Amino acid sequence: MSADAAFEEPLLRLRRQIEELSAQESEPARQVEIDELREKLSKLSKEIYSNLTPWQKTLVARHPQRPYTLDYIAALFEDFTEVHGDRKFADDAALVAGFGRFHGQPCAIIGHQKGRNTKEKVIRNFGQPRPEGFRKALRVMKLAEKFNLPIFTLVDTQGAYPGLDAEERGQAEAIAVNLREMAALKVPVIVTIIGEGGSGGALAIGVGDRVIMLEHAVYSVISPEGCAAILWKNSAAAPEAAAAMKITAQDLKKIGVIDEIVSEPPGGAHSDPQQTVMLLDPFLERALHELQKIKPAQLPEERYKKFRKMGHYEK
Amino acid sequence: MAWFRKEKKPKEPTEKQVAIPEGLWLKCDECKEIVYRKEVEQNLSVCPKCGYHFRVGGRDRFQMLFDDGAYKEFATNIRSGDPLEFRDTKRYRDRLKVYEQRVGRGDAVLCAEGKLDGLNVVICAMEYDFMGGSMGSVVGEKVTVAIERCIDKREPLIIVSSSGGARMQEGILSLMQMAKISAALSQLAAACLPFISVLTDPTTGGVTASFAMLGDLNIAEPKALICFAGPRVIEQTIRQTLPEGFQRAEFLVEHGMVDLITPRADMKATLARFLHQFLNK
Repeated sequence: MSADAAFEEPLLRLRRQIEELSAQESEPARQVEIDELREKLSKLSKEIYSNLTPWQKTLVARHPQRPYTLDYIAALFEDFTEVHGDRKFADDAALVAGFGRFHGQPCAIIGHQKGRNTKEKVIRNFGQPRPEGFRKALRVMKLAEKFNLPIFTLVDTQGAYPGLDAEERGQAEAIAVNLREMAALKVPVIVTIIGEGGSGGALAIGVGDRVIMLEHAVYSVISPEGCAAILWKNSAAAPEAAAAMKITAQDLKKIGVIDEIVSEPPGGAHSDPQQTVMLLDPFLERALHELQKIKPAQLPEERYKKFRKMGHYEK
Repeated sequence: MAWFRKEKKPKEPTEKQVAIPEGLWLKCDECKEIVYRKEVEQNLSVCPKCGYHFRVGGRDRFQMLFDDGAYKEFATNIRSGDPLEFRDTKRYRDRLKVYEQRVGRGDAVLCAEGKLDGLNVVICAMEYDFMGGSMGSVVGEKVTVAIERCIDKREPLIIVSSSGGARMQEGILSLMQMAKISAALSQLAAACLPFISVLTDPTTGGVTASFAMLGDLNIAEPKALICFAGPRVIEQTIRQTLPEGFQRAEFLVEHGMVDLITPRADMKATLARFLHQFLNK
């Protein structure tokens, strides 16, 4: 993690100590020491993670060990099979899509995918889709609608890829069409922001009946660095921009942009991916259960009402 | 090797003219010729020497498009409420006041209803001079109200875009306007009513990635910059200078993203032709 994430330092130090002690021969006195350190770690984690600033949350949301889409898919869905390609130009590994089952219910699953190591990061294009990624997502969503299957999307991207080829092939058009078509889907759409919700690239799979967000995930119209560069003329002002833009799950719930916040384990999702997944599962289950009670033809109407309300103005 | 090397001068940002400045004469941004201001204005704010299209405000658009320049504005009383109490180097609230005094109280879009070649139509025209035509809650609400009016009265919709994208000062709420307007457009499409998107210089970011690209027809003015990520952002990503004409209207036609380019002087006639055909009149 970068130097900015100094807040994690004391936790890392404790973890290292515990690891070192655990590696040594077991001995009652040492065990007591380990237990004490564990206790301390858990307390300190809670303390630090319940007081994160918006900028610190941004760093947590981008943490290299944070669970990614494929980790959630492996743990939450059965029988997942990935499908590839937009049938127009190419496949895009920055966005995965496929079909599987959620608690036995067949469904479509779509999410941004980042890479863990350098090679993977390049293949996944750092989780930044090109137009073909968004078009693949829409193709799979339309298929889900055809077979009356609910759709789960997992959002985790810095944003749509700002490259020459992406522009040539209509990045803006691909996103815009997804927004319009998602609004009209006659099946439940459940969106979860698991890490970074970066602008249009996030929203392009984010128009859902329920929008769920992990406790330390962030969702914003532009990255704090980008906003700082434009408005403060200095990207070092990113922490200020992060605070000013209100990008945390807690703030977004207050302004009505998201519906639910899923608690993360005391030291953040990356400290215990397994538990994170377990904490998310009941939220997805409940959302699905509620949405399945609504008539398919009614869903676009309800979704329209939900997004119609968004915004703040005076009359 | 020399001891001292001449330092490279930083590239001067090419200042784009926002509106036609006061004064009798003005310099064209494109051909750099000095032209008589009145002549430009009488020529629909197009340079008589080279055909460069200057940016124009919402009411000038209405004058150009509605029959006899007669129209009725609606949704005029919606104002931004500074939902995030946003402050960068200045307070958003104070910035808004400055723009309201300088440009008007309509925020970055004006909506009007009237006749175009005898047909009742709704036109939304963006105001680039108001905070770079950025889209916040007010733009989202006004355009949505306009779309709903079209559905109610069964009238076609024209949106003339000119925008730097989403308004950062309203954070995520600006992003949500993209979803809101696109959802409304899906209802307009279901009602089988025409929507023509007119893209003018510049149409970028969240506006391009929502309604501006969703026209049944996308019609651009010559040489308009139309993109999702701006040229500077892309140059930073790929670390190369972009080819001449990249992301200009002509480039988008070539790549299949825009139906046609229409000079300002022909815009009304072109819109009228399509609308009559689509409405089978």
